Formats: sequence, structure tokens, C-alpha cells
Amino acid sequence: MRLSTGGQIDRSRPLDFSFDGVTYSGYHGDTLASALMANGLKVVGRSFKYHRPRGIFSAGSEEPNALVTLGAGARAEPNVRATMQELFAGLEARSQNRWPSLDWDVMEVNDLVADFLGAGFYYKTFMWPKAFWEKLYEPVIRRAAGLGALSGQADPDANEKAFAHCDLLVIGAGPAGLMAALQAGEAGVDVILCDEDRTPGGSLLSSTEDVDGMAAPDWATEAVARLAAMPNVRIMTRTTVTGVYDGGTYGALERVGRHLQHRPGPLPVDCFWRIVAKRAVLAAGALERPVAFQDNDRPGVMLSSAVRAYVNRYAVAPGSSVTVFGNNDDAHRTARDLLAAGVHVAGLIDARHEATTDLDLPFYPGAVVSRVTGRMGLETVSLRTHKGEVKLQSDCLSVSGGWNPSLHLTCHLNGRPVWDEGIASFLPAPEGMPGLIPAGGAAGLFPTWEALESGRAAAARALEEMGQTVPHQKVPEAEGAPYKVKALWHVPGKGRAWLDLANDVTVKDVRGAAAENFRSVEHMKRYTTQGMAPDQGKTSNLSAMAVLGDATGRDVAQTGITTYRPPYVPVPIAAMGAGGKGRGFAPERLTTSHGRSLAMNAPMIEAGLWYRPSYFPRTGEKTWRQSCDREVGMVRQAVGIADVSTLGKIDIQGRDAGAFLDFVYANTFSTLKEGRVRYGLMLREDGHVMDDGTTARLGPQHYLMTTTTAAAGEVMGHLEFAAQVLRPDWDVRLISVTEQWAQFAVAGPQSRALLEDVLGRDLGGDVLPFMGWIPVTIGGVEGRLFRISFSGELAYELAVPARYGESLFTQLVKQAEARGGGAYGMEALNVLRIEKGLLTHAELHGRTTAFDLGLERMMSRKKAFIGQAGASRPGLLAEDRERLVGLRPVGAVQMIPAGAFLFTEGEEAVRENAQGYVTSTAFSPTLGHTVALGFLKSGPDRIGERIRMVDHLRGVVTLCEVCEPCFLDPEGERPRA
Amino acid sequence: MRLTCPLCGERDLREFTYRGAALTRPEGETWGDDWHDYIHLRDNPAGENREYWAHSTGCAAVLLVTRDTRTHEVLGSALAKGGGA
Amino acid sequence: MPELTLIAQNALPQGVVTTLAGTRVEVLPMRRLSALMPGPDAGPLAEALMAQHGLGLPAPGSVEHAEQAECLWFGIGQYLLIGPAPAPDLAEAATLTDQSDAWASVLLEGPRARHVLARLCPLDLRARAFAPGATARTELAHMGASVTRTGPDGFRVMVFRSMAETLLHELRAALEAVAARGMV
Repeated sequence: MRLSTGGQIDRSRPLDFSFDGVTYSGYHGDTLASALMANGLKVVGRSFKYHRPRGIFSAGSEEPNALVTLGAGARAEPNVRATMQELFAGLEARSQNRWPSLDWDVMEVNDLVADFLGAGFYYKTFMWPKAFWEKLYEPVIRRAAGLGALSGQADPDANEKAFAHCDLLVIGAGPAGLMAALQAGEAGVDVILCDEDRTPGGSLLSSTEDVDGMAAPDWATEAVARLAAMPNVRIMTRTTVTGVYDGGTYGALERVGRHLQHRPGPLPVDCFWRIVAKRAVLAAGALERPVAFQDNDRPGVMLSSAVRAYVNRYAVAPGSSVTVFGNNDDAHRTARDLLAAGVHVAGLIDARHEATTDLDLPFYPGAVVSRVTGRMGLETVSLRTHKGEVKLQSDCLSVSGGWNPSLHLTCHLNGRPVWDEGIASFLPAPEGMPGLIPAGGAAGLFPTWEALESGRAAAARALEEMGQTVPHQKVPEAEGAPYKVKALWHVPGKGRAWLDLANDVTVKDVRGAAAENFRSVEHMKRYTTQGMAPDQGKTSNLSAMAVLGDATGRDVAQTGITTYRPPYVPVPIAAMGAGGKGRGFAPERLTTSHGRSLAMNAPMIEAGLWYRPSYFPRTGEKTWRQSCDREVGMVRQAVGIADVSTLGKIDIQGRDAGAFLDFVYANTFSTLKEGRVRYGLMLREDGHVMDDGTTARLGPQHYLMTTTTAAAGEVMGHLEFAAQVLRPDWDVRLISVTEQWAQFAVAGPQSRALLEDVLGRDLGGDVLPFMGWIPVTIGGVEGRLFRISFSGELAYELAVPARYGESLFTQLVKQAEARGGGAYGMEALNVLRIEKGLLTHAELHGRTTAFDLGLERMMSRKKAFIGQAGASRPGLLAEDRERLVGLRPVGAVQMIPAGAFLFTEGEEAVRENAQGYVTSTAFSPTLGHTVALGFLKSGPDRIGERIRMVDHLRGVVTLCEVCEPCFLDPEGERPRA
Repeated sequence: MRLTCPLCGERDLREFTYRGAALTRPEGETWGDDWHDYIHLRDNPAGENREYWAHSTGCAAVLLVTRDTRTHEVLGSALAKGGGA
Repeated sequence: MPELTLIAQNALPQGVVTTLAGTRVEVLPMRRLSALMPGPDAGPLAEALMAQHGLGLPAPGSVEHAEQAECLWFGIGQYLLIGPAPAPDLAEAATLTDQSDAWASVLLEGPRARHVLARLCPLDLRARAFAPGATARTELAHMGASVTRTGPDGFRVMVFRSMAETLLHELRAALEAVAARGMV
């Protein structure tokens, strides 16, 4: 029921919204929870397991009950806390976990058989027969239990992530946080002040006390205005700090667009921040805890602080007759505020015998609430007083069991909270939270003045630690009565008393866990699922630990508490992974011929981050194989053009460049003559092959190394490590020139004629022999021409500065086409190299050695190199290792799929008998049959043998002949022509 | 996590690549226990550990970082090329 | 003999791509870029740079300016000369590597520029940490990048040429999201 006056709602801005299809009205400034309450709704959801009707329990992010689904279709957002959702016009909310309706839910039958459904029920009941679990039990249980459902559609909304840096991060903008920000802000350091509410102020917004002689909310407003005027202070509202990470990094979730009826398209719904701060003040306040008693989950039972928030901030009476129950002075504040707002108070119950009150209401010191009734809304409250049982008619019960500091973030770097008898709760650890200083309620300092002062002091400490001067900062006058509490976790009695409302865990469940000897808090938590719901047990953890301690004969301090881990509130994966959809998934690296290749209808394949053309289809070609076969034929018979710019190119200079190459390559490069190119093999320190490629000598102290496309980054990192760490005194200068040059293979018997034509010069063997290079001028541009071959044909690679890449590619292709050739793609390139037995990372997969590849003679004995000692291990030189061979089909089945295993004929195709495996495979249009490369035990000694290939996954069995890993021109005459 | 590059200052972890424990390379050409230790054996201390990090998307410097494996506190970082002094 | 004429092409069409909330993304023209690597002793390079180009040798993280020329600190043992062709004398003091075609340069300028960059890059962009004249090699949307603060509201971002389109896509998307906050 809405109160006629007061509150911080804007009564001039009424808003219509709907809940379960019914239209209601609220005001700007309402949360969905306060608006539902103002409209008299008691039941807003059903519980997780027993489907019990539930009402609003809190007024903040700790809410365990009031989870709703917002919106519809792809935008439907499940498990939104009604207490955090700002009301906007047109908001559509639906209740969850009920069918067919909130009032009539068939699964409520669970509640009637609850005696059989306690903690551990699933583990014990659904064990046999084993096969039933996945097929029957689990699907049924999942359907019965649970929260809201995902839409199942792609998320249409934008999300964002961002980085921020500051000197001091203040977490929470209540009295402590505001004072900390004021203190640090006036010192001139960069401050970020985060608060999860729409309005900074924290507990002050719900308070009727005075601060500095003005109403608490007004003081908060004024403090915020002062902060907003400071250029070094950034106030981030609707932002919850969710985690603390190493080195002063904090995660925070900002709800950017969730409070808006209409969002401009690019406006994100959420932004996930990584905030880096030298120091942080944890001013997250405290969470009130309830007291457990019979049926304490009934709609209308509510935290005392929440009752005050609804009455004072939202001008809503949570009931027409409210009973107030507590074990500390906070209950008295709630009763006082209710009376002041004109709400009838049925009684004030204080568990402390010595308690007194000046309030004009029925007062029950030394009494406790033993049970409540009212399935769809509270009806009666039963008290146990020293005079006996008393029953009050009441539709709302305010409960205060004391305050727990919100110390969650102090545990994220392994801080272990310590028990404090004075507040009957845990306090942040004195250590284990570098750079994070707790203040106010989070430090167990609950009275407003203490919170203000501790916020100031925390910021002052942070400033001192940062070497800043601390300007004088006056702490305003405020309420300072000390906090007194008498621990009360649970009122013994019959029936079920709830601890964890969100996961339906009762006192009996926790005791059951103890009886089963799950004595550790961590075991009890997992056995009962206490604290494992979306609210992470914010209002139930401590009470559950206390009940466990009681059941195991320990006090709470001995029982301990489970470890809090990030995130403090649920963070949508979409926010953490913001930007990672579609094109944002990974950078796209495009070659200079990309546009031209697309214009030629080439489908692209990804090679690392690069996009390379698979093949260039021509009119009439219906399959990729037709195009590929034609392109292979072009290269073998005429001339083909391929973009090979993606290969890594590293420019290596310096006095010791030659020695450095000798060190990083297994073979020798210091002896390579200028103008010449050599194939090099690079090993890891453990003796396995890392990469291969050609290196050209450009000058006396100048080399150009090429790497494979896939390993370019890895090789560069490896070389930097070798130069800086292993050979720091050598003069070696490394720089990647991969992107500076566009490079094109011109391959095939007509390649020389084509290049002689376009370069206008003779390229005979004496001018440019195989494995040589020359500088060339092409169209007035200086380039480099290498005579190297990855196809086994007479071939060249022509490099020009990247800006000319597209132009050169286009013209080379045109020239090739005039000679019966054309562009070829990755498919043909792969076939050409397999026909020749040339290697890629299919073979250099990290577990093969030079010996395995038949390249052991490349390992020089005349100089030291990386991997030399490792490769000399006998086990890496054993004859029976799996070694490179060629394979060709000899039976009716012609398929040799890569990844298939090899077996000796007649032996069973099981792992123990595997003789090797296939790494590369292609249909050779040149030879008219499939050719493959693979590794086979003692491979080179088995040439000519027949071997059985089995592909278990695809169900293919092929009889193969083992052959040399080179199917064409084994003497290598063609590239030397 | 953040690391301080002696050249670039304090930077986010995502700019760096871990390059293993900081060990002295044996240099010998034949396999022996020293190589076995260097390639395969690690102390895994609970406490101070010296390790290499490459500032790979930064300035390309390789750093010698001293880090407490219990708290993740970075106790120092220096250019590996300068001998890690 | 076929006459072959090569046409130069920037990685991206030059000019303003997007302007939102007074903040613009602009593809900069290609300029001559030369990597200078002096080896163990940078002294001779410092002298040659000053004598030939009127440029100081930039300290780590900073930029030196002269008329029509700029020199960035570009990583360990590396400097990037922007603008002129390096004077031949520099080759005595450092190895010179042409990088003109290797990078794409984009200017992000305007009141929201810093906030746009903060969506993509973990660098501390506060003026006190990264003032005009500061430069950094860093990571931007999973790409290795060079970021230079050209003014109070201006940043020049360079990435490898092959990733130029990704850079534009990311900058545009981040600017749209940042600008949208001003619309509500």
C-alpha cells in the first residue's frame, strides 16, 4: 500500500507496468519490488525446490525470493531481482518456477512430500539403475526444480567492456563511502566511487536520522553534489564491484541500459569494467540477517532494514499491520519509522530480556517469534514469551537478526574473516587483502557516525600509503549510539525453519548434513546446496554455519565460514565476453589480395587469424575438387600465382646475425653466401622441431628469415627470448617485416618466362639459380625475387611493398591466365606440397624430431644450436620411432583420411597395435590417386610393405603401400631447371 | 594481475606472455643431468619464484620477474637482457 | 613485353570514417615509416638523429618532434622515424628497416576519444599517466598496437596493415556505444 506522503519517488511521474500480464502503476523512483508492494502483491514467486509461495524479502541485491523474468522473446531476461530492477514505463515482468500460475502451481505437491525431499535426497534415491540417471531422473528433476528459463535465442542486445584507472576506488556510496570519496577527492587524487544503486547514499537513503543537522538523504545528496563537482572524482552508479584480482584490479558490472524503456541500438545493457586502483576502500556496508523459525519463509516475512527502505525511501507500507521482531536496536528503529509513517504496528518483540522502549506499542522483551501462518500471505505471528504463547494478527513481519559486514570482496585474495563476539559476526581479516581497506558497515562499524568517521580514516590511510598529504576533513554529526546485539540464529520448534530461502535449505537439512558427518562448512554447503543459489547465501550463510556449529558442538568461530569468491553478484557472460560476437571474436588479418580474391569468388579459409583463398572457382566448376584439380594442373603444366604474404618474415641484422642464426637453426647459416637462400630447421630446446622455412642472406650482416604462417608469432617470441636471454651480449636486431611486404609465388614450368616478361630481364640459372635471390625493379618499384619452390616446380616468389600488393597480384594473375594458368588457392597449394612430400605443421606438430622427418643430417655437428643436446637423446633417435613415410592406396578403397591410424595387416585395430598415423592427405590429379603422408614405426625401413589404415571415426579401412614421402620428381630436377 | 615493465611501466597482464622459470641454460652439446634439470625439472616453490615474462604485445622486452606464488605479489622485475640486475 | 604499372593502395581509404558525439575516427595518410635499431650503443644514433633530422632520441614511452618529422620510442632497442626518408648517415648508427607499408594509422579525436579507447585498450589513459607526447606499444582489441597521444583529446592508433579493417570496426563499434550513452 502506497503511503500518501514521503519517500524519494516522483509522484508526478506515474509509470504503468505489468506483472504476469496484469497492468499496475508505480512511480519513477520505484523498484519493481516497491511497485509490486505498493500494488498490494504479496506473492511474487515460487521457491526453487518445494514451490512454496514467496514474497519480497529484502530491498537490495541480496534478494533470495523475488526473482522474475523481464521482457519477452529473445530479450527475455530470467532471474532478475525485483529489488534491483528500476521501474520504467512499459516494463513487463513474469513470475518464475510455477505452472500453470503463481496462485496454482502443480509442483507445489513437492511441499507436501517434503519429508522425503530433504538434502541428500537425490543422491540417495536416484542411484539405481545407473542408466536411469541421465535418461530419466535428471531431466525430470531439472524440469521440476529451477529458476527462470533462457529464451534459447541469440542475445540481440549490445554489451560492453571497458577499462578504468584511478588512485582510489571506493566501493559503495553509503556514509562510509561518501566520506572516503570526499576525503580522497579533496586531496586531489583520482577517485572512482561505485555504487550498485541508481542513487548514491546507501543506508542514508532509507534513514530518518539527521546528518550534519539535515535529513540523512539530503546530506547524501549534498555530498554527491560536492563530489560531482570535483574533476578528479568519477561517480559510477548502478555499478556493482564484483571481484578483486591481483595487482589492484577490480571487476565491476555496470547496468547501463536495464532501466530504460527504449534503448538506442548501440547502447549496451551492461558494461563489465576492469578497474585498476592503487588502493580501494571497501564501503559495501552490511547485510541484515534473518532469524529462522517455523515457516519463516511465508510471504510477508521481511528483513527489518528492507521494511524501513520501503517505508522511508519508497513510501510503501509492506503491510497494514506489521509485527517487528529482532535481537538488536535496529528492530526498534523500524518500529519507530513505521509508527511515524502511520503504519499500524501489532507488536515489537525483542529477544533481549533487558530491552526497553519508549514507543507506544505492544512490547515483548525477552520473547521470540516461534512460527507464522499464511500460505499466500502472512496472517498470524506466534510469540513465545515468558508468560506463554501469544498470537498476533499481522500481515507483515519485520525480522532483524543482526548485521553481517559485507566482507565478501576481502576474501577474493584469500583474506580469512575473523569472528567478532561483539557484533556476533565475522569481520574482515586484518591481512590477505592487499590494498583493500574496509570501512563502515563492512568493517563492523554500524552506527552512522562511526561509518562516516571510518570512511574518512580509511581514505586518509590510503592517501598516506600513496604518499599523499591528507587534508583536514570534518566528519559531520550523526547518530552514534553503539550497536548491541544478542546472537539469535534460530528459534527451536516444530516444523521447518528456513535458512536458505533461495535454495530451500532448512535447519533440519543442515542438521542432517551434520548427522551424516558433513562437519566441514564446505562439505555441508555442497551436501545441502546452502549458499549455492544466485544470491550465494548472502542472507543465510552465517546462520547456516551457526546451526551447523550447534549440531556439531562447536561455536561459529570454530565452525568457520565458506570462502567467498567472485563474483559478488551474478555477472552475465555476455557482459564479460562483450564484443566477442561476430567480427569481434578475433582480429581478421587480410592479405593485400583479399578484395581481388573475393571478386574472383574465392571462398576464404582461416589460417590462424589470416584469411586465405581456398580455390578460385571458374565457370562450370561445381565442386571444390574440380577447381583444385585444375589449379594443380595449371602449376604442373603452365604457371600459377598464389599469395604467400602470410608467411612470417623476420629481418635479422647486426654483427652477430650469422652466429645467431647458427644458434637458432639446426643447420648452418653463417656460411650462406649473399644472394643465396637456404632451407632451415628450427628446434625447440627439447629437441623436437619447432618450425621450418627459408632464410636469405641479404648482406654481410643481414638476413631475412621466413617462418610458417601458423608459427610466425611463436618464432618471433622464441628469437626474442634467444637474443635477450640466451645470447644477451650478441649484437642481433630483430624486426618483423611480415606486413611490409606482399609476396606472391609464381610457380610452374612457365614461371620464368612470365617473370622475364614482366621484369624485362633475363632470369637464367646463372643470373638467378635455384635457392637464390636478386633485387628487382618492377614498374619502378623495388622488390625482391626469390627462386624457391613449395610446389616442386620451377618457381619464384616475388615480393613488393604491401601497398603494391593488390596491383601486382592482379597483373600477375592476368599474365598467368594468358599462359594457360591463373591464381591458385590453399587447396591446390596443399596438394602440390603433399605430392612433393614437403612439410607443414600437420607434420611439424610438436612431437616430431628431425630424425622422424628424415632430416637428421640437417643437424650440424660443427656448431652449437638450440635443441642440439635434447635431440641427441637416444630415445629421439631410435630406429623404431614413428617416422615420416608416404602412403598410397592399393586396394578397392582409395580414401586415406588424415588422423587415421596404421596397423600391421592381420593385427587387431586397437590402440596397443597402432603402428603410426596419417597426417596429410590429398587426391593427386597429377598421379590419379590419393597420396598421403604419415608417421610409421621404423617407416623408412618398411618402404614397399603393405599396411592397413583404419579410421575408426569415419569407419574407413584402406589397404596402403608404404612409399617414399615424395611422389613426384624425387630427384628434384624441375625446380632446378 | 599486473606486471611492471622497466621500460613501459605497470601494464595489464594481457600484454605479457609467460616464458617459464628463470633457469641457467647448461650450454653443453651432449645430453646429461644438467639438461634434464633445465628442460624437465622445476622447484615449484611456495614463495619466491623467478620467472621470465615477455612483454609480447608491448615493447618485446623479456623480463625477469620475481613473484610470490602464494600471494601472487610481484616483488620485482628487470630486463632479462641486463642480466636481470 | 607487357608494361607493368603498380598502383599504390593504402590499407584503408584515407579520410574521416565516422563522427559521433563530436568525436571522429579518421584514417591517416600513409607516411614514410623507418624502424631504427641502434644496437647496444644508442649514442651515435642520438647524435645522427639530431644532426640530420633535428630530432632528439625519444625516451621510453615518449615522442620527439621536429618540423615534418617525428620519432617514436617503439619498443626495446627500437625507434620509429615518421615522415622523412632516413638520412643515409643514420645507417652508420643504426640498422634501418622500411616499415611504411606495415602499419595502418587511424586518428581518434574528440571529447569522447579517451572513453572510446578505454573500451578496447587496458592502458592507463588518464592525462597524468599518458599525457600528450606519450606513446605506448600495447594491446587493443586483441591486436598489438601503437598508441600515441597527439593532444588532450587525440590519439593516433597504429596496427599492422592486415588488421586495419578490424581496427576500424572496433573503433566504430566502441564509439557508437559511448556516444549512445549521451543520448539517454
